[in-house]
Amino acid sequence: MSKPKQKAERGTLKKVLAYLKPYWGLVALSVLLSAVTVALTLYVPVLIGRAIDRIIGPGQVDFAYILVMLARIGAIVAATAAVQWLVSTINNRITCQVVRDVRDQAFRHLQVLPLRYIDTHPVGGVVSQVIADVDQFADGLLLGFTQLFTGAVTILGTLGFMISIRPGIAAVVVLLTPLSFLVARFIAAHTYSYFKLQSETRGEQTAFIDEMLGSQKVVKAFGREEKSVEQFDEINGRLEKCSLQAIFYSSLTNPCTRFVNNVVYAGVALAGALVCVTAAGTAAPFTVGSLSALLSYANQYTKPFNEISGVVTELQNALACASRIFKLIAEPAQAPDDADARVLEEAAGRVEIREAAFSYAPEKPLIENLNLCVKPGQHVAIVGPTGCGKTTLINLLMRFYDVNSGAILTEGTDIRRITRRSLRTSYGMVLQETWLKAGTIRDNLTLGKPNAGEDEIIAACKAAHAHSFIKRLPQGYDTVIGEDGGSLSHGQKHLL
Amino acid sequence: MKKLLVYLKGYRRESVLGPLFKLLEATFELIVPLVVAAIIDRGIGAGDTGYILRMCLVLVGLGLIGLLCSVTAQYFAAKASVGFVTRLRHALYSHIQRFSYRTLDQVGVSTLITRMTSDMNQVQTGLNLALRLLLRSPVVVFGAMIMAFTIDSRAALWFAAAIPALSAVVFGVMLVSIPLYKKVQGLLDQVLAATRENLTGVRVLRAFGKEEDEIRRFEGKNQALADMQRHVGRVTALMNPVTYVMINLAVLLLIHTGAVRVEAGIITRGAVVALYNYMSQILTELIKLANLIINMTKSVACGKRIQSVLDLPAGEEVKPDAPTGDSAYRVQFIHAGMRYAQTGDEALTDINLNVRPGQTVGVIGGTGSGKSTLVSLIPRFYDVTEGQVLVDGVDVRAVDPAGLRSRIGMVPQKAVLFKGTLRENLQWGNEKATDSEIMRAVRAAQAEDVVAAKGGLDGMVEQGGRNLSGGQRQRLTIARALVRRPDILILDDSSSALDFATDAALRRVLREIEDRPTVFIVSQRTSSIQHADQIIVLEDGRPAGVGTHDQLLERCPVYREIYESQFRKEDAQA
Repeated sequence: MSKPKQKAERGTLKKVLAYLKPYWGLVALSVLLSAVTVALTLYVPVLIGRAIDRIIGPGQVDFAYILVMLARIGAIVAATAAVQWLVSTINNRITCQVVRDVRDQAFRHLQVLPLRYIDTHPVGGVVSQVIADVDQFADGLLLGFTQLFTGAVTILGTLGFMISIRPGIAAVVVLLTPLSFLVARFIAAHTYSYFKLQSETRGEQTAFIDEMLGSQKVVKAFGREEKSVEQFDEINGRLEKCSLQAIFYSSLTNPCTRFVNNVVYAGVALAGALVCVTAAGTAAPFTVGSLSALLSYANQYTKPFNEISGVVTELQNALACASRIFKLIAEPAQAPDDADARVLEEAAGRVEIREAAFSYAPEKPLIENLNLCVKPGQHVAIVGPTGCGKTTLINLLMRFYDVNSGAILTEGTDIRRITRRSLRTSYGMVLQETWLKAGTIRDNLTLGKPNAGEDEIIAACKAAHAHSFIKRLPQGYDTVIGEDGGSLSHGQKHLL
Repeated sequence: MKKLLVYLKGYRRESVLGPLFKLLEATFELIVPLVVAAIIDRGIGAGDTGYILRMCLVLVGLGLIGLLCSVTAQYFAAKASVGFVTRLRHALYSHIQRFSYRTLDQVGVSTLITRMTSDMNQVQTGLNLALRLLLRSPVVVFGAMIMAFTIDSRAALWFAAAIPALSAVVFGVMLVSIPLYKKVQGLLDQVLAATRENLTGVRVLRAFGKEEDEIRRFEGKNQALADMQRHVGRVTALMNPVTYVMINLAVLLLIHTGAVRVEAGIITRGAVVALYNYMSQILTELIKLANLIINMTKSVACGKRIQSVLDLPAGEEVKPDAPTGDSAYRVQFIHAGMRYAQTGDEALTDINLNVRPGQTVGVIGGTGSGKSTLVSLIPRFYDVTEGQVLVDGVDVRAVDPAGLRSRIGMVPQKAVLFKGTLRENLQWGNEKATDSEIMRAVRAAQAEDVVAAKGGLDGMVEQGGRNLSGGQRQRLTIARALVRRPDILILDDSSSALDFATDAALRRVLREIEDRPTVFIVSQRTSSIQHADQIIVLEDGRPAGVGTHDQLLERCPVYREIYESQFRKEDAQA
C-alpha cells in the first residue's frame, strides 16, 4: 500500500472516531465485554478437559468432582451467553445510531450545497453515497472492528491457555497456523485478476443491457432485436468464461485453509499423544483431558486467522466508502446568509441587473456586461438560441448561482444581502425541468401554497390547460404519480 | 421456479457430481473424531507411539482426500451455476427483445434491467451455494448423530434431543427476522427515495424554500429506519447466546452420561471425547445451513421475479384474416381508437385518415392530445383498441411486424443513439448501406457538419450519445431513418431541437428526395406543418379538424388559435 493512501486512510479513521465520540461509553463497554466473553468462552474447554480427566475407566470415575465441574461450566456458559447478547445489542445500537447521524448530517449538508455541485454530480452517485456507502461503511467498519478485536483477543487468549497447558504443543500450533494465512493470501492474490476481469465484463454487460433495454422501443422500431441478442450473447459468453474462473479459483480458499487446519489438528494430536505417552508417570504428566482441551483450541485458533484476512479487505472497503461520504460532507457549502440580511417582504417586482458577468467554467465566458432594469408589473421575455444563457439568467435571479462580477438588485437591495428563502419564495417559477414529487397530483400542486383550496387548484390547472388531462386520469386530482412523475408524459409534467 | 430449472438441463452431470463430492468430503470429516478416540484409547492407553504416528498420518490423509473431493465439488458447482445463469440470461434477454411496446410500458425498463443484472447474480450465488452446501450440512449434522449412535446409543440420545432443539432456535430466529429485514429494506427504500427526490427536485424545493421541511421529513424517516434496525438487532442477537447455551448444556449432559457409562464399563474414555467432538461439529453446520437457507430464499425470490418476466407474453399476434381496405392509399385510419390501459379514457378516439403514397401529413395539437400515439399505430407499436389502421390496404395486424417496420423510417421524440461508430449507428436503418448511401442520408438530414466534427463516419458515439448535443443527435436520428429509404417516414416532434432554418431546409429536401416517402410530421409548431398535403388537428385525443393549412384556418378554430398564438410570437421575435 502506498504512503499517501495510508495517510488518507488514517485521516478517514480519525473522522470515523469523531462520529463514535458521543457513544464512547458504549464503545468502551462493548470492548470490555467482548474481552470478557472471549476469556469465558476459552475457559470452558479447560473445565471440560478437567472433567474428562476424572473419567478414567470402569470404577474409576470421580462423580463428585465431575458434578462440581459441570455446575461450574453451566454457570460460566450462562454468564457468557448473557454477556454475548449484551455485546451484540450494544454494537448494533452503536452502528444504527452512527449510520443515522452520518445520514442526517449528509442530508442536511445537501440542503446547503451550492447548485453548482448538485448540477455537476449525477444524482445516482450522490444517492448511493448517502445510502449504500453509509451502509457499507457501518457494517464493514463497526463489524470489522469487533471481529478484528475479538479475533485478536481469541488468538492471544487461546495461545495463553495453550501455553499454560503445554508450551511445547502450543509451539506446534504457532508454527503451523501461519500456513493457512499464507495459503489464503496466495489464493486471494492469484484470483484478484480473475475477479477484476469478471467485474469488468459484468460492468460491460450491464452497460450494454442498460443502453439497449433503456431504448428498447428504438431497437424494436429498427428491427434490431436479433442483432442485439447476437451482441449480448458475445458478451455473455465471455462473462461465462471469466465468471467460472473467478468463482472456482476463489472457492478454493475454503478447502485449502481447511486442509491446513486439518494438518494443524493432526500435528496437535500427534504431539499431544506422544507427550501423553512419554510424560506418563513423570513429574509433569499430560492428561487426556488436557489433550482434548488442546484439540478444541487448535480448532478455534485457526478460525480467527481465516476470518481476519477477510476482515482486512472489508475494512479497506469500508474506509473507502467512509472517505466518499466524508468527502461529500466536506464539500464547501454555499456562503450562508448574512446575519443582518434583509428579509424580502411584499416584493413589488423591481429587478435590476448591473454589469453582471457569469460563467460556469472560467475558460468559457457566458454572460458579460449585462444590464437590465425591470419595473414592477413589467413582462420580460428572454429569447435566444439554445445555450445562450436563458436558463442561466434564471439561475442568477433566483440566486442558485452567484454572479462572478457585477450585481443583481431586487427592490433596490443586492440579492446577496437578502435571505435566500425570502428571495426565492417571492418568485413564482415554471422551471424547464419538470420535477414532481412522488405523491398525489394534489400534493404536487400545493407545493407552493400548502393550504390552497380545491377551487384555487382547479382554477390554476385550467389556466395551465392541465385540467382536462388530469380529469382523464383514473383518480383525477388524487391520482398517485410515481417518483419523478412516473407515468405522465413530458408535456403533462410541464403543465403541472 | 421449477420452469427455470429447464436451463439447468445441460448441466445434469455437474449438478449431481458437485453435491456428491461434497457429501464424500463431509463423510471423511466425520471419521476424524473416531480416529482421535482410537489415538486416546489404543495409542495413549497402550503407550503405542507407532500407532499414534500412523493414526495422525491417517488424519492428514483424510484431510487430503477431503481437499480433493471439495475442490472437485467446487468446480462442478461453479460450472453448473455459471452455465445455468448464462443460459437464463440469454433466454430472458431474447424474450425481452420480443416484448410489445404495451408490455414494455407495463413492466418498465428499470425493472427489466434489475432482473437482467442483480437478480441474475443473486440466482447464480444461490445456486452455487446450494450445490455446494445443501447436502453437506444435513449430512454432517445427521452423520454426527448416527456416528454417536454407533458409539453409544444412550449418550447419543442427547444428540437426538439437541438437534431438533437447536434447529428450532436457529430456524425460529431466522423466520422471525426475515420479515423484519424486509421491513428494514422497505424503510431504507423510503430514505433512498427521499434523498433522490430532494436532489432531482433541488431547484423547485429551494425556489419554494422547503429545505427545513425536507430535513424534518428525512430525519423522521431516518429515525424510523434506525429504530427498526435496533429492534431487528435485538432479535437476531439472541441466536448466538441461545445456541451457545443449548450446545453446552448438551455437552454437560453428554459428559455426565458418558461418565456413568464409563463407570459401568460400557464405553471408553476416548469414546466420550469423540462424542464431545461430534457435538461441537453440529452447531457450526446448523448455522451454516441457516445462512444458506437465508441466501436461498433470496435467490428463490429473485428467480421468481425472473420467471414472472419470462411468463409475460412476447411477440405480436398476427391476424391474417383482418378485413382489407383500399390499396390505393399508403396509410389509412378507419375509426381508429386506442386506450393505453384498462382504466382511463381513450387516448385516441375515432381517427379517420386517407393518405396517398408520397403525401405529407402534419399532426398537430396540444400536449397530451395523442399526436405520438397516432403515429405509433402505423408501425404497430401499439394495437388499436377500436377500428383499423391499414398500410397499402392491408391491416397492420395481418402482416409480420418485422416486415412492416422495415418499410418505415421512425425518428423518435427522444433522440437516442448508441455506443459505437457513427457508421454503425446509421446502419441501424439499413445494415447493408454503403458509405455513399449513408452520406446521402446525412446530407439530406443536414448532418454533414456533425459527421465532419466527429472526424467522419468512423467517429465514435459514446453511450446514449452523450458526446453530441441535442440538435446534433436529432439530425443523426433523422439520417438514420433516411438510410433505410423508407416508404413511410415518421418524424415524431423531431424538429423541436432544430432551429427554424435547419427545420425548413430539412422539409425542402424531403420534398425533393427521389422515390419520395409518405411523411408524417408531428409538431407543436404550425410552421413545421403548414405546407403539408393534409393536417390533422387533435384535441384531447379527438380529431378537431382535417384538411390543408388554408382550409383549417378557415374552418377549425383550434387550429386557428394555435396558429395565431405562434404567428404573433414569431412575429414578435423577428
